[in-house]
Amino acid sequence: MRIESKGRIDADQPISFNFDGHGYTGFKGDTLASALLASGVKLMGRSFKYHRPRGVLTAGSEEPNALVEIGRGAAQVPNVRATMQEIYDGLEACSQNRMGPLAHDLLSVNDLFPNFLSAGFYYKTFMWPRAFWEKLYEPLIRRAAGLGSLSGRDNPDPYEKAFAHCDILVIGSGPTGLMAALTAALGGADVIVAEESADFGGRLLSEAEDIDGQPGADWVADMLDALRDTGRVRLMPRTTVTGAYDQGTYGALERVGLHLDGPADLPKECFWRINARQAVLAAGALERPIAFPMNDRPGIMMASAVRSYLHRYGVAAGRKVTLFASNDDAHRTALDLIASGIEIAGVVDSRPEARARGDYPLFAGAQVITTKGRKALSEITIRHNGSDRKIATDCLAMSGGWNPTLHLTCHMNGRPVWREDIAGFVPAEDAVPGLIPAGACQGTYSTAGCLAEGVAAAKKALSAMGGNTPKIEVPIARDSAGGSKPLWLVTGKGRAWLDFANDVTSKDIKLAAQEAFASVEHMKRYTTQGMAPDQGKNSNIGALAILADATGRAIPETGTTTYRPPYVPVSIAAFGAGAQGKGFAPERLTTSHEASRERGAPMIEAGLWYRPSYFPRPGETTWRQSCDREVLMTRNAVGVCDVSTLGKIDIQGPDAGVFLDVVYANLFSTLQVGRVRYGLMLREDGHIMDDGTTARLGDNHYVMTTTTAAAGEVMKHLDFVQQCLRPDLNVRCISVTEQWAQFAVAGPRSRELLNGLLDRQIDSESFPFMACGAVSLMGVSGRLFRISFSGEHAYEIAVPSRYGDALFRQLLTQAETMGGGAYGMEALNVMRIEKGFVTHSDIDGRVVPFDIGMARMVSAKKMCIGKPATTREGLKGAERQQLVGLKPVGAVKELTAGAHLFEADAAPVRVNDLGHISSVAFSPELGHFIGLGFLKDGPNRVGEVVKMVDHLRKVETRVEVCPPVFHDPEGEKLRG
Amino acid sequence: MVKLVEKTPAEGLLPLEINGISLTELVPAAITSLMPFDGQEAAASALLSSLLGMECPHPNRSTGRDGARAVWVGRGQIFVVGKAVDASVARHAALTDQSDAWAVFSLQGHGVEDVLARLTPLDLNRAVFKRGHAARSLLGHMSAVILRTGENTFEIMVFRSMARTAVHELETAMRAVAARDALR
Repeated sequence: MRIESKGRIDADQPISFNFDGHGYTGFKGDTLASALLASGVKLMGRSFKYHRPRGVLTAGSEEPNALVEIGRGAAQVPNVRATMQEIYDGLEACSQNRMGPLAHDLLSVNDLFPNFLSAGFYYKTFMWPRAFWEKLYEPLIRRAAGLGSLSGRDNPDPYEKAFAHCDILVIGSGPTGLMAALTAALGGADVIVAEESADFGGRLLSEAEDIDGQPGADWVADMLDALRDTGRVRLMPRTTVTGAYDQGTYGALERVGLHLDGPADLPKECFWRINARQAVLAAGALERPIAFPMNDRPGIMMASAVRSYLHRYGVAAGRKVTLFASNDDAHRTALDLIASGIEIAGVVDSRPEARARGDYPLFAGAQVITTKGRKALSEITIRHNGSDRKIATDCLAMSGGWNPTLHLTCHMNGRPVWREDIAGFVPAEDAVPGLIPAGACQGTYSTAGCLAEGVAAAKKALSAMGGNTPKIEVPIARDSAGGSKPLWLVTGKGRAWLDFANDVTSKDIKLAAQEAFASVEHMKRYTTQGMAPDQGKNSNIGALAILADATGRAIPETGTTTYRPPYVPVSIAAFGAGAQGKGFAPERLTTSHEASRERGAPMIEAGLWYRPSYFPRPGETTWRQSCDREVLMTRNAVGVCDVSTLGKIDIQGPDAGVFLDVVYANLFSTLQVGRVRYGLMLREDGHIMDDGTTARLGDNHYVMTTTTAAAGEVMKHLDFVQQCLRPDLNVRCISVTEQWAQFAVAGPRSRELLNGLLDRQIDSESFPFMACGAVSLMGVSGRLFRISFSGEHAYEIAVPSRYGDALFRQLLTQAETMGGGAYGMEALNVMRIEKGFVTHSDIDGRVVPFDIGMARMVSAKKMCIGKPATTREGLKGAERQQLVGLKPVGAVKELTAGAHLFEADAAPVRVNDLGHISSVAFSPELGHFIGLGFLKDGPNRVGEVVKMVDHLRKVETRVEVCPPVFHDPEGEKLRG
Repeated sequence: MVKLVEKTPAEGLLPLEINGISLTELVPAAITSLMPFDGQEAAASALLSSLLGMECPHPNRSTGRDGARAVWVGRGQIFVVGKAVDASVARHAALTDQSDAWAVFSLQGHGVEDVLARLTPLDLNRAVFKRGHAARSLLGHMSAVILRTGENTFEIMVFRSMARTAVHELETAMRAVAARDALR
């Protein structure tokens, strides 16, 4: 029911929205919960397990009951708290966890058998038969229990992540937060104020309270002006600080576009990482419910929420309100409601000494022992002076006292400390370095106390930063928090709910204790108390008080469970913002990318790079047809391939040669200028890290190439060696991978093709195998290397990347007139396997030089990284699995990479394993499959037949062991 | 004979202007990495100063001005951007041509820091990250060099191969900030 001229909503701006298919009207400034309450809707959801009708309990982010689904289709978001969702025109919300309409949920049958569904029920019941769990029990239980549902589709909405920096972060904007922010800003600090709700002011917007003689809300408005005037304060509304992390980093979730029908580019949420030198925690406190029998009916709410709906939204939560409390807040609520013309049917105060503060019936020393009303509260029964009495009411406001919102102080393992005088936990001292709790979250509940602590906390933060503290006057406000006496549990007939969201009752806690789950952490897991979206904000302290009682311990001795980030639920979309789909990683594109795509080449990923797989031509329907053609074309004429993705590292300095001798197994200091050498690089453990060629461009100048995959790792390794292992060497390394577009030109007509483009012709004498040097190509300075990864007479030509696209196109045009063309990764792979060249498929990190027949490359003339380790026992000899070539000789003519090798008559099981196949290809020249693999004592078994078994693909065949080089074993072609 | 046509790293992708913030590609005449050899830092700096009028910058700083700038890009590494470095400096430092290795962007306009706050963890507050400040940091998932070159102007360098991703990420951030501004 809306109350005229109350609240902060804008009565001139009506808003239409939809809940469960019905249209409603609210006003700008309403949350979904306040608008529904105003429209008389009390039933907002069904409970988790028993499907009991539930209404809204709170007015904040801790709401356990009023969880709804927002939106439709792929963008549907479940478990949205109706208390946080602001309404906007066209908003569509749906209740969740029901079968059929909300008012007639078919699954509410569960509520008839509560004894079957108590804590531990699933553990005990669905044990047997075991096979039933996955197929029958779990799907059934999942269908019946649970909260919202997911669409199962990709969320198309934009989300974002961002960083913010400040001197002092103020978390919360109630009296404490606002005073802290102003003090900090006047002290010269750059301040961020993060406020969870849409409006700044915290509880001041929800209470009828004066500060410095003016209404709280007006004081808030003045403070906001003062904060803006400093020019140092960044106000972040709708922003919940979710976690405290190392070195002043805080996570925060901002609701950017959830409260309106915004432009398409507007993110729904933003996940902030805020870096602050100091922080003031002014998060306030959460009111705790009382566990009395049948305390979960729609219409039973927190007293503070009733005041929030009244003062903030102008909504009366009921027409005939009762209150049940153990503190003065109940009386305050009654007075506020009376002032707005709402009837108070009774104030039930558990304290016998309680006095009435106004004109309302008071039942001092009384308790609510049960309630009535299936879909809405209709009656409560109280026990007063030994007799029971029924009171008709449609809203019961309860208050069991307050719990400081100290969650963030526990995020770095701090354990809260019990304070008997307020019967609550408060933050431990310095629990998070640089995070200063103040006000209600520190257990200071009076407004005057909060204002003063806000100032003090900001001054402490300023001092910690070495700054000056400003003089500031603390405004005058209410100095009393009111009396309070804890009331944890009212015993009686019926279930007393603790965790509304997960349907955990006081009985479940006692059962846990009885079944020896007496530790608070065990109790939590046994009962699931505190594991719902509210993470126990409403129930933790109550549950542990009851557990303490059941186990005969004190509350501080029982302790709390661990508070972990995030403080409120954070959507995965916000955490992963920017990383959806291709945002997951940058795409590295070569200069030939466009030209390759124009030729229809499918791309494969190589690390972050995209490389062409093959270049289909008309009439070719499978990749193998294209690949076979590209291989034969290169072997018979000329092929062109972009090899720019290989790592290129420029190495300069007087000690460059010595440096290379340290990092490579073989010698490089003796390499002649103008020559290239293949190099093998080892890890410290003697295994192969990477291989590649390195060219000597000048006396003190080399350029190293690495494999595509290991380019970053090798660069890191060189930096490490230079900085840590051999800082005495005067050498400098830098990546030039991106500077050069480099193309392999391979095949018998490769030189002819190049000579058509080079400004000065080359021949065998000026450019023999393994030569390198500067060239001029169509007027552009480039580098030419006569190296071959295909086994053909081949070159690699490098030009500055700006010319890459043009050169690639030019090379292809020329090649195509010569019966050649582009080749892709598939053909490249076939040719290198035919030639017996290894890649990381083969040298997979478990391979030492001995295994690939390169033991002699580890130079005897010098020390290098990994050399001592290669001499260790077990790293050479017949027991090693060594590189061999393989070809099929059985009925099945296919080889598969990853298949394992066994003796022909041995069972294909682990203990008989002799090795594996690391690379396979179909050789169009030989007309059959060939493979490279590692076989125990392989080189000595050439000519023998072993068995290949691929357990994954179910392929088995006999294979003949052969030398790894199938193509041009004498190397005549590449030298020719 | 046919001439090889040059292409810039972000050819065809820019310029872009959204909500008063512009993203343009810069094509410096040259980028040269300069890494002084052991004990040659001062000599290299002095020579660079006499040749191009700017000294080698300290870590996280740049020297020079538009058209000829020296930018610290890492431990013992400086990029000389805009002007070629005379071969005589090679006596003191390893010089390597990087002119084609980097995509260079200028991001300019009021509120430009808000756009970058979506992509880099750097504190770009004007009082903290001033003109002449430079940093090696992240732009989304990419390694980048970021420097403030004016009141509302930043230069951003990423690997050439990542130019398209960088433009996409910057554009997305620009649009998100613009959408927020539209609500004000």
